[in-house]
Amino acid sequence: MTTEELLQKYDMTIGIECHVQLATNTKLFSATDNDARDKAPNSVVSPIDYGLPGMLPVLNRAAVDLAIKAGKALGSEVARVSRFDRKHYFYPDLPKGYQTTQMYHPIILAGEIEAPLEDGSSVRVRIHHAHMEEDAGKLTHYGDYSLVDLNRAGTPLIEIVSEPDIHSAAEAKAFATELYRRMTFAGVTHGDLYHGNMRFDVNLSVAPKGASELGNRAEVKNLNSFKSVEKAAEYEFRRQAELLEKGERIVQETRGWDDAKQTTSSQRSKEDAQDYRYMPDADIPPIILTDEEINRIQSEMPRLPGEWRELLRGVGLDHLQIETLLDAENEYRERVSILTIVESFIADTAKAKFVAIWNVNTLVPLLRDESFSLGAIDVALLESQLYDLMQSSKLSSNSAKAVFEELIATDETVDVEGYAESKGYIQESDENAIAAIVDEVIADPASAKAVADIRAGNDKVIGFLVGQIMKKSQGKANPALAQKLIRERL
Amino acid sequence: MSNISNFVGAQSARISVEAAIKKAKDNDNYHALLSLTEDRALERADMVDRGEITGKLAGVPFIVKDNFLAFGAPTTAASKMLEDFQAPLQATAVEKLEAEGAICIGKANLDAFAHGGSTENSAFGVTKNAIDQTRVAGGSSGGSAVVAALDIVPFALGTDTGGSIRQPASFNGVYGMKPTYGTVSRYGVVAMASSTDTIGCFATSAEDVALVLGIMAGSDDKDMTTLPDFFAENTQVKPGQKIGLIKEFMTDDVDSVVRERTTQYVAELTAAGHTVEEVSLPMLRYTLAMYYIIVPAEISSNLARYDGVRYGYRAEGVSTLAELYGKSRDEGFMTENKRRIMIGSYVLSSGFFDAYYQQAQKARTLLIEQFNELFQTYDALVGPVSPTPAFGIGENTSDPVKMYLADVMTVPASLAGLPALSAPAGTDEAGLPIGVQLIGRQRSDAQLLALAASVEVN
Repeated sequence: MTTEELLQKYDMTIGIECHVQLATNTKLFSATDNDARDKAPNSVVSPIDYGLPGMLPVLNRAAVDLAIKAGKALGSEVARVSRFDRKHYFYPDLPKGYQTTQMYHPIILAGEIEAPLEDGSSVRVRIHHAHMEEDAGKLTHYGDYSLVDLNRAGTPLIEIVSEPDIHSAAEAKAFATELYRRMTFAGVTHGDLYHGNMRFDVNLSVAPKGASELGNRAEVKNLNSFKSVEKAAEYEFRRQAELLEKGERIVQETRGWDDAKQTTSSQRSKEDAQDYRYMPDADIPPIILTDEEINRIQSEMPRLPGEWRELLRGVGLDHLQIETLLDAENEYRERVSILTIVESFIADTAKAKFVAIWNVNTLVPLLRDESFSLGAIDVALLESQLYDLMQSSKLSSNSAKAVFEELIATDETVDVEGYAESKGYIQESDENAIAAIVDEVIADPASAKAVADIRAGNDKVIGFLVGQIMKKSQGKANPALAQKLIRERL
Repeated sequence: MSNISNFVGAQSARISVEAAIKKAKDNDNYHALLSLTEDRALERADMVDRGEITGKLAGVPFIVKDNFLAFGAPTTAASKMLEDFQAPLQATAVEKLEAEGAICIGKANLDAFAHGGSTENSAFGVTKNAIDQTRVAGGSSGGSAVVAALDIVPFALGTDTGGSIRQPASFNGVYGMKPTYGTVSRYGVVAMASSTDTIGCFATSAEDVALVLGIMAGSDDKDMTTLPDFFAENTQVKPGQKIGLIKEFMTDDVDSVVRERTTQYVAELTAAGHTVEEVSLPMLRYTLAMYYIIVPAEISSNLARYDGVRYGYRAEGVSTLAELYGKSRDEGFMTENKRRIMIGSYVLSSGFFDAYYQQAQKARTLLIEQFNELFQTYDALVGPVSPTPAFGIGENTSDPVKMYLADVMTVPASLAGLPALSAPAGTDEAGLPIGVQLIGRQRSDAQLLALAASVEVN
């Protein structure tokens, strides 16, 4: 059966858990550098991270502040009292023999987010809760031995747990993407997916359409891209639906994703699930937050994706343009914040819209080009001047693009009109001067046939005459004006 | 009488330290010490003598229980697991004492990982009672109590999770106090049970205990459970206190001689102008059950880090990860450690957590409420420390439950986080010391010590 046919017969139900690495300077319970990327193994590890005897956790308040921000980004209430618990298991990458997490009283309560799909529709997914916890270290296996690297041990995470409100691979991808956008826009995480800053676990079950009970679910763990979330959901749906077709049972289990093969495979079944012996962590007093603290931290947050969408829709952008800008913001924020530029023109809707679309069509493609290097130039000012020059017909859109591409890589802000003038981009809008050229072209015997055709009603030919005028003016004539003058004369 | 004051500023620190070390070596047969930090101690003594180190305890020698991370010797917790563990840093309590010029000369024996009430569970041999070498020192801070009682040093540090300072103080005839939970930083002390572990000390007078606690007390940004410093030095005893004699501590389960000494102490309190009335804490009958659920649960968690992977004992000849864990922990821990890990793991396991651990925590809240209620009326509570004087070595080792039952009068203050001390209250016919326990409301530590100081019984 094809996937399409299976989709006619079966429904999938998906819940997603997402681990987000918090963008703090230090670890969750120690003053150790939190950036383990490309560091020598075990070089950013303190006695606390190492789990030496007598060491005690000291909660990093910056992590709590980021969790408060994450709460807003998830549309969730932040708990006024939350606590840490210990989750016990033995593994060489877990120095204390337990992971400090929040089992019973998480800091982020229920919420809901709306994730846009590529077709312009959207899916609403409820958030069950999100809790803070520390990451474990990393094991690397070699033949008959393994090495432990504790650099990442103690890194602060929040784990976001969704309700099973997702019913297609596309929705799963959309939800994961939206979580990423919200967490990065909120400044909760650096969002470095390559280094595992956000990792997704997809819980998926399949049941015949109309069934009153959900099927057994399998959990695909540790997906680190939106694409893999989508592909893993597609694969799992097919795998489970095919088993059901054959009358087989789905085993409740944890599965891994093989990115090269684009398949999932069984890691461990529910039967050998561990008993984590959760207990409250008496070394860490409860986190007690007041309304004032929460409001202060949340009010200082930059605009979130939902707010940007609303603002950009108000300016007149379509779904695709909006999502392109949100993506670009994430991707290039550190080089240039396009949304901040658009926002700076918000008082003038037409200008804001122009600048937004200009960036979608002109700046974003440049940024995507790896050989392009952005200068220190004030991009907003440059775009503002280009807009004004186009409004006053001094620059054609082609010329504006040329000027933009020439200046965007430079470091100094210049008088754009003066620059365009010196480079000969300013178009002639003096009616008398253009009229003279128009008359000259109409009188030219080479134009005789075109003139006759136009007079006979073949309007398309007017373009030929405009072209001649542009040629004679060395491209400087305002083509709209030239056209108008031709019509007046013929 | 303060013993510490004899050392401060007197003679030379080097002479004091050398004398203490000599006395420690001369009393080797008690096996109170696991190591001497001789080189480092003499070095620091010379620094004191050259005026490079000054402070309230300049040149005063002391000994720490060997579960404090301290330089100069391994920190073993009296276990094979940490036999060779050299601490890369020192406990906050040790740092604070050193900052005042005190000099650590050695590390005292204990029940491995502080699990026990006799110092018989040490991986490195039994410590003998300071008065009668056929009897136990008490525990788990047995070594520290004995070095204080033998006057090897004027004070010694211990830890008290359920009585580990008070009971050996009682058995050896010295003062020993566990302060209010959170008074002294636990940073750098091998953890037993996070919610009841306290750092305290032994000395031959209540004044000296107050002096040392005053220095160690205070918030520490390395321990989130520490309280801001509330410990007021030179606290004068409040006259005419109302004191409650805990009825449940004076039953037939307690040796008659222990009850007699307690009654005698109560008479002293009355003679000093205080009013003593019998009070009841009905929740006391559940405290041992609570304690032996909550504390093993926390122990099983705090001891999970000793896995043979990063430091400490690692078993030889293992071929799988499970074997590495299993054998290292089996060989590195003592029977009593394993017993408590087993109990703790059991009460935390799925299905039992609610039935045991949660219930015990609820009962603990009720116990705290009953204490609070009494402290509305009473300034302090009084009762025995232990049902018996020091028992014979080997007498109780075959029956762990009997050993646990002896903790019945010390664990309530631990579960409620209250300050409690053991003060010498005379001896039995054979000359074995008997202590009496004073329990106060939270943060009344200095007042409790002042009360004890005002009623010294010979």
